[in-house]
Amino acid sequence: MTNNSLRNAFGGVLSFFILLLIGVLAFSIRLFSVIKYESVIHEFDPYFNYRVTQFLTKKGIYEFWNWFDDRTWYPLGRVIGGTVYPGLTLTAGTIWWLLNSLNIPLSVETVCVFTAPIFSAFASWATYLLTKEVKGAGAGLTAAALLAMVPSYISRSVAGSYDNEAVAIFALIFTFYLYIKTLNTGSLFYATLNSIAYFYMVCSWGGYTFIINLIPMHVLLCIVTGRYSSRLYIAYAPLVVLGTLLAALVPVVGFNAVMTSEHFASFLVFIVIHVVAFVYYIKGILSPKMFKVAVTLVISVGLVVCCAVIAILIALVASSPTKGWSGRSLSLLDPTYASKYIPIIASVSEHQPPTWPSYFMDINVLAFLVPAGIIACFLPLSDASSFVVLYIVTSVYFSGVMVRLMLVLAPAACITSGIALSQAFDVFTRSIKYQLPGVSSTNELDAGETSSTTAEAQNDAVKTEKTEETSKDRPSRKSKKKEKVQVEKPSTKAKAEKKRLLALPLEASVISLLLLIMLGAFYVVHCVWAAAEAYSAPSIVLTSHSHDGLHVFDDFREAYGWLRHNTDVDDKVASWWDYGYQTTAMANRTVIVDNNTWNNTHIATVGTAMSSPEKAAWEIFHSLDVKYVLVVFGGLVGYPSDDINKFLWMVRIGGGVFPHIKEPDYLRDGQYRIDSQATSTMLNCLMYKLSYYRFVETDGKGFDRVRRTEIGKKYFKLTHFEEVFTTHHWMVRIYKLKPPKNRIRGKTKKSKSL
Amino acid sequence: MEVSRFALFVFTIAILASPALSDLVLSRVDRRIYLTSQIVRISSTLKVENTGPETVSEVLLAFPELQAKNLAFLMATPHEGKGKVKNTVISLPIKAANLKDVPPALAFYSVSLPKGLAEGDTFTFDVLAVFTHALRPIPEQITQGDRQLVVFQESAYYLSPYAVKVQSLSVKLPDSDIESFTKLEKTTHQGSEIKYGIYENLPAYSYSPIVVHFPSNQPFAVAKELVREIEISHWGNVQVTEHYKLIHGGAQSKGEFSRLDFQARPNVKGASAFRYLVANLPPRAHSVYYRDEIGNISTSHLWGDSKKTELLIEPRYPMFGGWRTAFTIGYGLPLLDFLYESEGKRFLNITFSTPVVELVIDTLIVKVVLPEGSRDISVSAPFPVKQLQETKISHLDIDGRPVVVLEKNNVVPEHNQYFQVYYKFNKLSMLREPLMLISGFFFLFVACIVYMHADVSISKSSASYLAKEQWEEVKAATQQIQNIISRCLTTHYKLEASLRDLSRTGDVQACKAARKTADGLLKELSKELKPLLTILQSSPSAAQILPKVEELVAKEKELQEKMMLKHSTVVDGYEKKSGARDIENRVALQQQKLAALRQEVDDLLEFIDEI
Repeated sequence: MTNNSLRNAFGGVLSFFILLLIGVLAFSIRLFSVIKYESVIHEFDPYFNYRVTQFLTKKGIYEFWNWFDDRTWYPLGRVIGGTVYPGLTLTAGTIWWLLNSLNIPLSVETVCVFTAPIFSAFASWATYLLTKEVKGAGAGLTAAALLAMVPSYISRSVAGSYDNEAVAIFALIFTFYLYIKTLNTGSLFYATLNSIAYFYMVCSWGGYTFIINLIPMHVLLCIVTGRYSSRLYIAYAPLVVLGTLLAALVPVVGFNAVMTSEHFASFLVFIVIHVVAFVYYIKGILSPKMFKVAVTLVISVGLVVCCAVIAILIALVASSPTKGWSGRSLSLLDPTYASKYIPIIASVSEHQPPTWPSYFMDINVLAFLVPAGIIACFLPLSDASSFVVLYIVTSVYFSGVMVRLMLVLAPAACITSGIALSQAFDVFTRSIKYQLPGVSSTNELDAGETSSTTAEAQNDAVKTEKTEETSKDRPSRKSKKKEKVQVEKPSTKAKAEKKRLLALPLEASVISLLLLIMLGAFYVVHCVWAAAEAYSAPSIVLTSHSHDGLHVFDDFREAYGWLRHNTDVDDKVASWWDYGYQTTAMANRTVIVDNNTWNNTHIATVGTAMSSPEKAAWEIFHSLDVKYVLVVFGGLVGYPSDDINKFLWMVRIGGGVFPHIKEPDYLRDGQYRIDSQATSTMLNCLMYKLSYYRFVETDGKGFDRVRRTEIGKKYFKLTHFEEVFTTHHWMVRIYKLKPPKNRIRGKTKKSKSL
Repeated sequence: MEVSRFALFVFTIAILASPALSDLVLSRVDRRIYLTSQIVRISSTLKVENTGPETVSEVLLAFPELQAKNLAFLMATPHEGKGKVKNTVISLPIKAANLKDVPPALAFYSVSLPKGLAEGDTFTFDVLAVFTHALRPIPEQITQGDRQLVVFQESAYYLSPYAVKVQSLSVKLPDSDIESFTKLEKTTHQGSEIKYGIYENLPAYSYSPIVVHFPSNQPFAVAKELVREIEISHWGNVQVTEHYKLIHGGAQSKGEFSRLDFQARPNVKGASAFRYLVANLPPRAHSVYYRDEIGNISTSHLWGDSKKTELLIEPRYPMFGGWRTAFTIGYGLPLLDFLYESEGKRFLNITFSTPVVELVIDTLIVKVVLPEGSRDISVSAPFPVKQLQETKISHLDIDGRPVVVLEKNNVVPEHNQYFQVYYKFNKLSMLREPLMLISGFFFLFVACIVYMHADVSISKSSASYLAKEQWEEVKAATQQIQNIISRCLTTHYKLEASLRDLSRTGDVQACKAARKTADGLLKELSKELKPLLTILQSSPSAAQILPKVEELVAKEKELQEKMMLKHSTVVDGYEKKSGARDIENRVALQQQKLAALRQEVDDLLEFIDEI
């Protein structure tokens, strides 16, 4: 008896430490960016979040809600408090505040950098909880270990990647866990927690609509397959009521929580579940015969009412041009929608559909394990496992539409693969155990011990898996030894007899076990590689390895640093919207457009200016009070994502609003080109001139290393702009608008000469 | 214009000035002006002679107020002949003198002589005066390709309240290139040096302005503000953090900045810019970093040996005239090298100013952060500084660390002298923070243990609580039953084993004995089972599990009986010496039944396990 409880306690402690190690793994695998580069905020959006967090920590929460930011979208400004998902900012702000009140003076930047790794540890623990609810602790630990290092999630949560997704994935998984937990226990306590978790998710990310559509779908599925129960009702009804009320509290969501079509499904299912609950209740109090009568009566009346209601709803929804859906959601339902109507959504690379290699890159071997996991979920199918199946199926679809939603797929893939792996290990280890008769018969004599192991044989199997799973992570000699010991643990004949029928041949199972371990090892190697090489670059600092060592391209910060210190605080800087967030955060200068693409016209104005000839562009910029124009140019060092490569979107977006910009004017044979074949419109537009100003003098030919061609127009002068700064590798060039006085003098001169 | 007006003004003073203050006469003055960097250093050797009857112990130095405003550092040392060791020299005390009956546009400093000069005595001493912002760029704005030209103005005659008998002046320039300079009589220009003099027998307050206009492309690096934070940790580290706000203080750049030109010919198209600064850090400096508010700056180099650590820092962009930048450098130093103990007090002995070479600092703020719990703090600095006290709350502090703030304007490299901060500190205070952490974690674990062991339900009589309690009981009972059953099963195996032994050895007695012990054991076990079953029967929450458990027990009993039957059959067979095949045939049916039963028991066990 004591032996037994001790064993249980040991199992508990073991899985606790395994979880702890998984958390450490999840945290530390994301530190490659800090070790290889530095502790710095990455990319574009994180800079905005960082700036918002700085504001929050400096000014406090009330100022934050009322923050009108006049340093972006000049001259419109932006109401940050009402248009931002505050979850991430509030989280990091709270952590910072907590640490500082404990007199641990970490900077806001440090807290922001490490928020994502911390939350990925939380996310892997949440995965454990969720999978444990579905298929037991073994599968939970496997899934948690897989999630801790799935490349897709790493790509969004390396240290410094301070973006909404970093906390949102944790919130997503945790919400699902609480839903499943409620479904399994029927406890109102968990239901309430569930709606609070949902609230946190709403605060964090626009992807919360996924939850509020997936859970109703699952509820509907349960009802349709006749799995309705009071537990289902408790899991769903409070979530809709409380969750919607809470969601409406978030300023950026507000009344959208009840008015947009994204939330419509949840209300419909809310009605359905009540009807079903009512029917079950009636069924309980009426005799079968009476019930039949009632059903016919209700159906005939109900159908009429339903038709009327649905007709009204459809009329209401149809009256709005987008059918009540937001652009991003619509492009999810109809993948061709964005490219047809909203170039600004289509222009973002992460909104493109993924390629097949990106699946392999992002979820690796999980892609092959998922089908097995789905099958395992059907043996036997429970409420919880049906949810997992539904989750994986929908997320596979969504990830097929947009690259960035691969992130939603990753946890689902980890959960199903965790289940698959754990089940496979279960089968193989069990067959090996029962096929080692020598071991078991010698131990039979040892009666006292064997008796206690009998009851625990089942538990043992699970535990063995656990150690095996984790030993993948750290293939140390020690854990291998432990594994061996556990495999050789005595087992009883009673089970063997029966299991022998189900068991696989010894050799086959040993080989498959080895293959599975190899598969896991391959996954680990791939993940570490992805974390170290593919996803650790902060994108504001670039490095290249050449024969004479590491070369650092720190041009972006050079330019932002120059702007910050050598221009007036209230100067306006115009650039393509990609660099808006960075300019406001790093250079602290007012920008015209930024990555929050809320005003298409404004972006189109900048696009038009960039694609206009110099004089027209000067006029547009001057009317916007712009003093400096910043362009990113990769032609000298071969940095491919520069403004010339983004130029087609400037033309397209500009032309979408201002019809005098016509895309065909910039195309030769249907292609954008900047060589001697390029159109004169192209060679005279501002973007071309600012990018290639005096470029020819570098090598005498003007060879562009990105486009791999010589530029078309080599020698030209700028009349309305002057170069004020160019970074070391020419990656960022800053021009100043010449003052209007000069221009007028030039004009009068001209008129005199005429 | 301004220069000449100023000169005229001073001339008037000179004429109007009252006769010499005392009967001192400067019998020889040699001045050397170094214009080789942005910092102007004037080093003069003065030989004073007392011609009056009274003993004189103070000598006055005069500076025009325009110069005095830029005067950053003034030092007088007794003159010793060339070739002697200089470091033993003790500088003479100097204080600003407020005199009446002197021209108002002059600032006076008085040097106290080591001993009074009697009549006819002479004394020779050196004066080093260091000026900042004394070089004025003309033209004030230049383009990227232009040279930077600066103007320096001084008097060809030594301005002094005393008559000067013999004097000379030499001006040292960065190189031989000179735009223009004032030519007086006895002016010679040779290479990078201009010489004025020797002039003889000039009255007090003689003044003859000279202007030197020359190109200087030395780095005009000026720190508008430098905050140095020196944090002492008694765990072995002195952490120095320096926040620079830098500006290129030379001629403003105007027009375009072309990277192309700058990269193609940096020495021509960027001559006035400076690209890097050199900092000489103390030896054994470690963990050096160089960053600004947007992250690490990757353009820096660090060399080190046992004598010094040299850090070359390049700002993010080349610094042209008027361009600004801001950055932070930080490094750790071993505590042993800087902290000493004397007379029960500890003192920090560290340099006051920046390690960056030839940097002018407009405002220098030095903050010395002492460990929490330091008392009786006092500062000794080699020159006057403004002192403040602050507290800083850092890692895990409770009442904050005392901070000594020293502020000084117009700092030049000559100020980079050692200063001392004395304080008292109890060694035990060092343990405060680790102990705090340890106790914090200790109480956390204690709280966890208490939470795990305490029953925190609000209502002990609520239905759900009772149900839970009962369920726990039932679970425990079921567990025990399972245990017993499995022990029964093991006993069965033993019986089986004894049968196998029998078939091998034919030892019937041993087999019978085995059976006897098994019998006893099984009986005991079934006795143990009874109270457990009654618990289950009495508890309402076991309703779900009870039938299964009862079934299990029944099946087990059946299995037991069958087992015994088989056993006795086999033993009988052996006793009757029937053939092995015969026995097997007889047992075969029983064997099948046994297997089926065992299967059922297993299933039941598994089922109960899952509940």
